[in-house]
Amino acid sequence: MKYVDEFRDGDVAQVLAKAIAAEVRADRRYNFMEFCGGHTHAISRYGVPDLLPENVRMIHGPGCPVCVLPIGRIDLAIKLALERGVILCTYADTVRVPASGGLSLMRAKARGGDIRMVYAVTDALKIARDNPGKEVVFFAIGFETTTPPTAVAIKAAQAEGLKNFTVLCCHVLTPSAIMNILESPEVRELGTVPLDGFIGPAHVSTVIGSRPYEFFAEEYRKPVVIAGFEPLDVMQAILMLVRQVNEGRALVENEFTRAVTPEGNEKAQNLVSDVFELRRSFEWRGLGEVPYSALRIREKYAEFDAERRYHLEYQPVPDNKACECGAILRGVKKPTDCKIFGTVCTPENPMGSCMVSSEGACAAHYTYGRYKDVEVAE
Amino acid sequence: MSGQVKKGYARPLDIKHGRVDMSHGGGGRAMVQLITDLFAKHLSNEYLAQGNDGTCLPLGQGKLVVSTDSHVVSPIFFPGGDIGCLSVHGTVNDVAVMGATPLYLTAGFILEEGFPLADLARIVESMARAANEAGVKLVAGDTKVVEQGKGDGVFITTTGIGFLPEGIHLSGDLARPGDVLLVSGSVGDHGVAIMSKRENLSFDAPILSDTASLNGLTAAMLASGANIKVMRDPTRGGLAATINEIAHQSGVGIHLEEAAIPVKPEVDAACELLGLDPINIANEGKLIAVCAAADADKLLAAMRAHPQGREAAVIGKVVEDANGFVQMKTSFGGRRMVDWLSGEQLPRIC
Repeated sequence: MKYVDEFRDGDVAQVLAKAIAAEVRADRRYNFMEFCGGHTHAISRYGVPDLLPENVRMIHGPGCPVCVLPIGRIDLAIKLALERGVILCTYADTVRVPASGGLSLMRAKARGGDIRMVYAVTDALKIARDNPGKEVVFFAIGFETTTPPTAVAIKAAQAEGLKNFTVLCCHVLTPSAIMNILESPEVRELGTVPLDGFIGPAHVSTVIGSRPYEFFAEEYRKPVVIAGFEPLDVMQAILMLVRQVNEGRALVENEFTRAVTPEGNEKAQNLVSDVFELRRSFEWRGLGEVPYSALRIREKYAEFDAERRYHLEYQPVPDNKACECGAILRGVKKPTDCKIFGTVCTPENPMGSCMVSSEGACAAHYTYGRYKDVEVAE
Repeated sequence: MSGQVKKGYARPLDIKHGRVDMSHGGGGRAMVQLITDLFAKHLSNEYLAQGNDGTCLPLGQGKLVVSTDSHVVSPIFFPGGDIGCLSVHGTVNDVAVMGATPLYLTAGFILEEGFPLADLARIVESMARAANEAGVKLVAGDTKVVEQGKGDGVFITTTGIGFLPEGIHLSGDLARPGDVLLVSGSVGDHGVAIMSKRENLSFDAPILSDTASLNGLTAAMLASGANIKVMRDPTRGGLAATINEIAHQSGVGIHLEEAAIPVKPEVDAACELLGLDPINIANEGKLIAVCAAADADKLLAAMRAHPQGREAAVIGKVVEDANGFVQMKTSFGGRRMVDWLSGEQLPRIC
């Protein structure tokens, strides 16, 4: 496949693996967090850890939109589908996230909720047009990558006077989450999460640009290398991070120059700021309440805001006690540190959100890496 | 003077513009007419013509092999096939990969009120063609009609019957460390054909389903004399699910080489776009075989000599592993597990 296979070339990977091996110092460890689920998936799917020296460890960050969605938000969506009788449109992975009362969107669907999986918000718009007698709600989740399309949909709905379309907005912001991790006691004081640098988001950065990360690099002395989602991008970024650490630098570097500029996509940014405003606080699964970390729909588009139209009150719901998703999302624990990993919590029956999406740390390890947890004869 | 209805006159079935109505499942004349003028017209043979509640069949040589499969694919007509031929291929293949010679099929139709008779005729003709090509006869059938909104056009359940010659014993629990794994051709074609139709994706070269009967290929493989342990067709869940089934049934591990697995470039591209992995996607005209390492070349040559196995390849080997893990060396150079899918990746694929 042209323009894709070039970034998955096994021979080039070997060259990069040798370069990383030559660059790392034997007397220290390197702990890097890949923020995005897209990177987590690429690392697991292509077996990148097999090509890294033993003292380079990748920590899976919280950048999986499905994983950070708190139970209370799913509950709101389920309520809309079951009690208000709306057609609820959602991205596919979201349907399996466990919610209160043993429900999930998938189980709510089996109980008669009209819940439809869509590939894009434009599909939800079409469903609204095709069903003028029904109320249609788009369950909008995701980081800065999926926010501009939601903004476009809201503006389109306004332009064509679509009265039966609203958005349950759960869009969250990457920089606030990174800041939250860097400010956490485990990183700042306790040192239980040694963090030597970040692989910065790929698609998010195409929208927000590389500038927003400069603050972290400077203020917290952590190098950031923005990288694409292909496995060679990840390898190259690791090499660049190792070099920065060795040379004592803490800069924002951009491996993903084929798509990311310092300023990002200004048109998309303008769209987003026209339609959305900052929420004072938003609950993240794993991180808890994070100030100014999410978006809500502005007053002037209030008629498209499901929270306003249906007078929804957010009710926080604690995670399952045994579930370690919170600590795993912060990099404090590994999936295998969780007692219920692979026993009662499996992709078929996820207890926590990290076991749902293939971008989640637990599901990625379960699906692609759990053979490493037991001795296997060659 | 009132007109006299001609004796025995029935208005002919309006296949061009007519639709299935409740009377077509009601057990009266309309149902008989549908069966006679549509189903029997295309599918008839000496057994179906017996016209009794059950069909008497002569026994073949060896053991009886039976398999049954329901088909609910959406859309009903897809690039490369339709629910009719698929309902023949799917069941013929399940019998064929047992090493048996498929001979007979039964078919149960659940039709939704309002379904166009023209579409039904197209589906039945397609079944007849597929059955003819595979050398199987439809020997019994049933039709039911459900009210509009209670079905989705047409669902077809087929049962296949075949005979397994003495001396052939294939089973998912016979893979042993040292054996090799072969696939008969490119994977993911069927699922991606359905998906691209559903999502309105168009490509320069349309992706066609691989739906086909494999009994010719399985016969050629068995005739090669290679020591084949397992044959299976990787339908729902794709290559990944079927290989995991074999690993678990046999209590062994399996190591795959990603680079050796044939995938068409257009299928690869569509998977990239849809966020799917070709090894998880359904096939309807491919099979996996496990054979003794010493016979791998012989079997591969026999497969490649058959039109349906031209792209056959050795894709992995069986290893000792009580956990039954399937691992894959990625084209990138790393290793990872290949697991069953969780949940439903593509609903109503077959």
